[in-house]
Order: sequence, then structure tokens, then C-alpha cells
Amino acid sequence: MLQYTLRRLVGIIAVLFLVVTMTFFFIRLAPGGPFDAERAVSEQVLRALNARYNLDQPMHVQYLDYVWNLLHFDMGPSFKYSGRDVHELILTGLPITFELGMYAILFALFLGLLSGFLAGLNPNSLKDYVPMSFAMAGICIPSFLLGPLLIILFVFVLEVLPVGGWDSFDAKILPAITLGSSYAAYIARLSRGSLLEVMNQDYIRTARAKGVPEHMVLMKHALRGALLPVVSFMGPAIAGLLSGSFVVETIFNIPGLGRFYVEAAFNRDYTMILGTTIFFAALIAVMNLISDLVTVKLNPRLKFQGAK
Amino acid sequence: MTKSVVFKSFILSTSLFAVLLGCTKKETLVESGIRDKVFHLGNGAAPKDLDPQIVTGVPESRIMYALFEGLVMADPKTLAPIPGVAESWEVSNNGLTYTFKLNKNAKWHNGDTVTAHDFVYSWMRELSPGLGAEYAYTLFVLKNGEAFNKGEVKDFSQVGVKAIDDHTLKVDLAGPTPYFLKLLSHQSTFPVHKATIEKFGKMETAGTKWTRAGNHVGNGPFQLSDWQLNKVIKVKKYAGYWDAAKVRLNEIHFYAIPSIEVEERTFRAGQLHATYEVGAEKIAYWKKKENSPLRITAYLGTYYYRMNVTRPPLDNLKVRKALSMSIDREAITKYVTKAGQIPTYSFVPPNTGGYNSRHKVEGNVEKAKKLLAEAGYPEGKGFPKIEILYNTLELHQSVAEAIQQMWKKNLGINVVLTNQEWKVYLDSQRKLNYYLSRAGWIGDYTDPNTFMDMWVTNGGNNQTGWSNKEYDRLIAQAAVTGDEIQRMELFQQAEKILLEEQPVLPIYTYVKKRLFHPSVKGWERNVLDLPVYKNIYLEASK
Repeated sequence: MLQYTLRRLVGIIAVLFLVVTMTFFFIRLAPGGPFDAERAVSEQVLRALNARYNLDQPMHVQYLDYVWNLLHFDMGPSFKYSGRDVHELILTGLPITFELGMYAILFALFLGLLSGFLAGLNPNSLKDYVPMSFAMAGICIPSFLLGPLLIILFVFVLEVLPVGGWDSFDAKILPAITLGSSYAAYIARLSRGSLLEVMNQDYIRTARAKGVPEHMVLMKHALRGALLPVVSFMGPAIAGLLSGSFVVETIFNIPGLGRFYVEAAFNRDYTMILGTTIFFAALIAVMNLISDLVTVKLNPRLKFQGAK
Repeated sequence: MTKSVVFKSFILSTSLFAVLLGCTKKETLVESGIRDKVFHLGNGAAPKDLDPQIVTGVPESRIMYALFEGLVMADPKTLAPIPGVAESWEVSNNGLTYTFKLNKNAKWHNGDTVTAHDFVYSWMRELSPGLGAEYAYTLFVLKNGEAFNKGEVKDFSQVGVKAIDDHTLKVDLAGPTPYFLKLLSHQSTFPVHKATIEKFGKMETAGTKWTRAGNHVGNGPFQLSDWQLNKVIKVKKYAGYWDAAKVRLNEIHFYAIPSIEVEERTFRAGQLHATYEVGAEKIAYWKKKENSPLRITAYLGTYYYRMNVTRPPLDNLKVRKALSMSIDREAITKYVTKAGQIPTYSFVPPNTGGYNSRHKVEGNVEKAKKLLAEAGYPEGKGFPKIEILYNTLELHQSVAEAIQQMWKKNLGINVVLTNQEWKVYLDSQRKLNYYLSRAGWIGDYTDPNTFMDMWVTNGGNNQTGWSNKEYDRLIAQAAVTGDEIQRMELFQQAEKILLEEQPVLPIYTYVKKRLFHPSVKGWERNVLDLPVYKNIYLEASK
């Protein structure tokens, strides 16, 4: 396992290096620069700005400088937020996005597993159709629609929750639901499907034949197998939740990392785009690795490559 | 876990959520704000910085007026100069020398007195080439101001600003600039505190930590108390401000809410006393409301199309004129923009510093058809495919669609609409990579010059390829003319040329739309949308 993990880590570093290089050059290919504004900036001002951010150097020098600084954990200053370093901005937004993502994933797991198992244990009954229709709807309704709908219902009609922000616990409920609902729906469908499949496996029949009580069959044998696809889904899901929270952060005016990320692209804030992209790339890679490791641990039929 | 357990927990969790929601309704920020004199204000995009010489955006400038004060400020109603840090001033007969007497009670937020030396230091910083201040050109009216900024003059004592003593500032201008006092209410001329700047970096270093809460030292009626990035900037009343007796608010909270829809919802939920904007599609809804919170005022800006005169067929004046004559501006403001925008037939907005354009472009479909035929495209036959470029925004698209229809119907020509993301659009415009391009220009001060000097040959904001020697001469002449009547006459002649040659197609004059809770009092509106926070107060409606 150690060997496998190390090999994967080397792969991750290679991928990150590629991400840095491609992002670095691609963002410079996009038309428009960080200092383009409605009011044209005079030439001497532009020169001063370019010099301040090292943009007056030849491209390869800029690139090597950037990589060198990056190796020293310095992602440079943001172009838009003058006087703020990229790592400072990431550290400002990340805890908020992380908290939001965790609530969303907890909500998604709770609702998803419950309704998935409920449906999986009662296939083709009302207890299957109702949660699964909701799941289908959950997958189909995008968050930019669901968010405002929830706001209309809970903020303006029922008047029980705040419209946005991130100051109190009740302000966090609607964003978590909006962000988590489509994941809940995926988890519900995944767990239903895998539970149905597992319940038809030979080893379940064997367990029942041995006289194991039904709840033990479920808890000890079926669940473990049924959770596998959900666990493999968790890695990309967590990464997706963290990197994909832009829409929800905008709808609820939450000062998280997602907004920094997307705004950086609109602002051509090169260092900020690079910083956040690298951060998210690393996050996705590590999450995938963790979920692979856990999947192998849970599934006795899988072995690490090369392991005896 | 049996089936029934699963089912029960499903029901339980749903009801638990319902109970959670049963919490009682809380006091809104609007209500608590009225009680505690805290003004909650929507402020658009998140500010870049809080350094008056660095910031360029409108959201930032709105905060600068709380944190800083210039020599001269603008009357909230008329925008006429009123005392700021300077309690009085004298102008020499030739209009070239200004002497300001500073208020001895003007204080920095750390208790230091604001002196004439502070202004010399700040203006030197603004003009220093290394700082890269985008608004440095505001001070190009100073003697040698531009030369110092370009590095041609190294010695700042050559530049026309001097401290005679601690409380007397003498300013020498390059030419008589009748609007000089108006420039002084622009944030780029506001003073900064030398010791604070140099505690965190050099004079020429932009983006140091001096603007953080706790470090920040300004001289305005309010001081910075909290800055939560991408969320809110809080300022509180500064008791040492020379006019503090007049200040009625204890705090102002400026919220960063870039999305207009989100801001409107926040307002409706009682979390804002006033918004920064109102979306075009919501105007009709708010207009219909009883005691409508919607307030629309004229705004010093022109919505227009640039025409790229270097590209056929737009290099042909007759084509440009035909295009301009055949659009119905009244219909656009009435049916498309709908917020009371004023159709415009000139470039400088009406009554800009007392200036009203004598010359106008015409709206005349018959004449347009004739001109197009003369240009070689009778009834639009053989007219090449041209494009209207705009930055991606619904309103711009609606206006462009209306114009597309009008040209189709009136001239028989087809145009294509192209939208580009903001920075791409700016890039295309700057590189003259367009036919017609949507644009807007908001004046910095109430003088025609802010709308006219951009069209000189190779001016950074010209971006149409248009050039006219006589126009350049008139604008240069106006810059050195002290006599107001004569100067306005020069602008009239210049605008006549601009509108006759039509590198621009003016469409309408902007309006500024905001929603105000009825408790907001004392906010006088003006064409620059400049707020004077010391006059604003909150009062519960009876």
C-alpha cells in the first residue's frame, strides 16, 4: 500500500506540474490583460504596473520565477486586490468554502443514504418511487434555480431564514441544501442501485442460509458492499463541492473561495487564477487518491497493484 | 437497521429540519440600524484597496468619501465647491494660482493635524512615476505635473504645489483651469498620512498593509473599523473630525454584493437601507409599488456606440450618418431601457457644468436612406456584413437588438450582434478590432472637458481611429483659456466637429437607480452620485 501511495504521489506531482505550466501559458493567451479597464491606462502607468508585477520580463523568465517561488510556497501578490498575497486570499476564502462544503456533504450523505437505502430495501414500491423521483428532480434542478426557489419559500414566504451571508448558523442552512442537493440525489441513486445489486449476491444468500438474522445480514454484509460506490464517489464529490461552490456563494453572497476563483478569471488576475487552480488541482488529486485507498480497504476483492 | 428504522429516521430527519426552521423572526439589519444609527449600504463589487491614490472603481470611491476629505468638497445638491480641509481659498486674477487656507481643526484619524505639507506629500506620491497611479492625470493641471509623472522633471519642487506654512497651500497651474476646484473633490487628490504610508513601505510602493483595518489612517468623517474581504467594510464616526457635530450616523457598513439580483433580495429581506443599483428588468416592478423605494436621478454619463472609422464601410461619413439618423432613440429609452434614461443627440450630457450642446445629431429616416444610397448602398443593397460588439450583459443585448431591427427596417441592412466577455471586449475595442462597439462614458467632474478631451488624436480613450486636427486644436485651446464663456464656445465648436464627423453614435444619457428604505434621510442626489455621508441620517417612519 505504501508503495502504491508513493507511486500515486509521484503521479500527482507530475500532474500538478503540468497544470501549473498549462495554466500559466493559457491564461496569458486569453485576450485582455489584468490592467485593461474601461478607461484606458496611460503608457507610463502601464509600465509601472507591469514592472510591479514582474510582467515586463520575457515570458520564460516570468515562468521560471513563478515556478521557483511556487516551490518556496510563494504564490505571489494578487493583481486585483492590491497588497494581498494569493495565499492570503485563499486562506480567507477556504475556511468558508470548506465549512459550506462539509455541511453540504453531510446533508447529501444523510439524505442520500437514507433515501437510497429506503428505496433499495423496498424496490418498486411507493417507498422507492417517491424518494427516487425526488432524487431525479434533485439531479435535474440546477443550483442557480434551486437557490432562489428556496429563498423565495424560506425567506420571503415563510420568513424563517436569512437571505444570505455567513454570520449565523441559520444563514448556512439554505446554501448547504442548495449545494448538497444534487449530490444527495446522486448518492441516493448510487446507494439504491448498489444495495439492490448486493442483496442479490451469493454471499448474502449464504449468510441468510447460515441463519444470520436479517438485520445482521444488512449491517454486516450488505451495507459494506453497498457503500463502496458511494465511497469512490466521495473523493470527486468533495473536490467538486469545494471547487464548484461559486454559484451557491454568489446566490447567498458568501465570501468563499469559489467567488475568488471565478472573479480572478474575469479580472485576468493571473497569480490568483494560478494559485486557485493549483490549489484545486491538488485537492482533486488528493481526494481521488484517498477515496481509492479507502475503496480498496473496504473491498476485500480489490488488491493494490503489485501487492502480494 | 431494519426497513422500518430506515423509514422512521427518514421521517424524523425531515421533521427535525422543519422544527429547526421554526425559530422566531429576528430583527432585521434595517431595524437595528435605525436604532443604532448604523447605515447598511449595498456597494457593488468588492473593493480592491482603500488607498485614494490607487483605487479607480466607483465602489471604492464611494468608501473614500467616508474615510477621506479633500481640500475642497462638492455640495451634495449643486456640486459647487464647499470647504473641505481648506476653509477658504483665493484665486489669482489670471486663474493660475490658488491659495488655500487650511482648517486648523482638520485632524487625521490618529489625532495629527492635517497640514499643507500632507497635501504636497500626497500629490507628489500621486504623480510619482513609480506608483503607477491610474488617475495621476487629474493632477496634470499642475505646473509641471505631467512632466514629473513622465519622469521629465525629477525635482518635485518644480511642480506647482507648495506649503507656504503648515496651514497655507499654494498651487500653480499649467493653464487656467476653471474646473480645478471640481477636481479636488475627486479621491485621487485626497491627502494620505505620510508617517502611516512610510511605516508600511516606501512612498512609491502601492499595495502595502497601511490600508488594513487597524493600520488605516484617513482624515474623513469616518474611520475604518473592519474590512472583511469580499463581504463588508465597516467605518465608524471619528469624533475628532472638525465637523463631527454634524455627523449623525455612528457607523456605515458597505457591503460587497456584486450581483444586482442578490442585492435586491437582500434589500427586500430588510438587510440594506439602500442599494447600489437596480436591475433594468426590475424597474417596472418597483415603479408600480406604493411609496416606491426606487429613486432615479440623472447621471453624468453617455451611453453610445463607437464607430471604427478605419474599417469600410464605416470609413464613409455618409454611412456613419445614415446609421445614426435611422435609429429611434426615444423608442430605445421608452421600450428597452425603461428607467427614465434621456435620449441624447449630443455627446456631452445636458447641463454639464452649465454647458448645453448647441449642435445635435439628427434622427431622420428619409435622409438616412438618401445618404446610404449616395454612399453606394441604395436600400441597403450590397451593404457589407457589419457587427455590433458589446460586453456580455442583457441590457446591452436588448439595446443592440432594437438597433439591429431599426436598421433592418429603415435601411434594409443586416448587422450581426457579437458579445464578448468584458476583458476580451476591452481588448477588441482597444485594438480597433470591431465595427461598432457599445460604450459608456461617465464624467469625472461636471465640466465638458471630461467628455471632450478623450477624442483627441490618439487619445487613450478615443479607440475609434478618428482624428481631426481642428478638433485637437480646439481642445488644446480650451485647456489654456481662462474665460468661461470663451472656453465653452471652444467646446461648442469642438463638439460640432465631433457630431458632424460621427466617430460616435450617442444613444442616451444614463440615470442612476437606487432603492432607498424610507428611513434614509438627508441623502441629496446629484449627477455624479456623490454621497455626503455627514448629512445622511436614519429616521424611523411614523
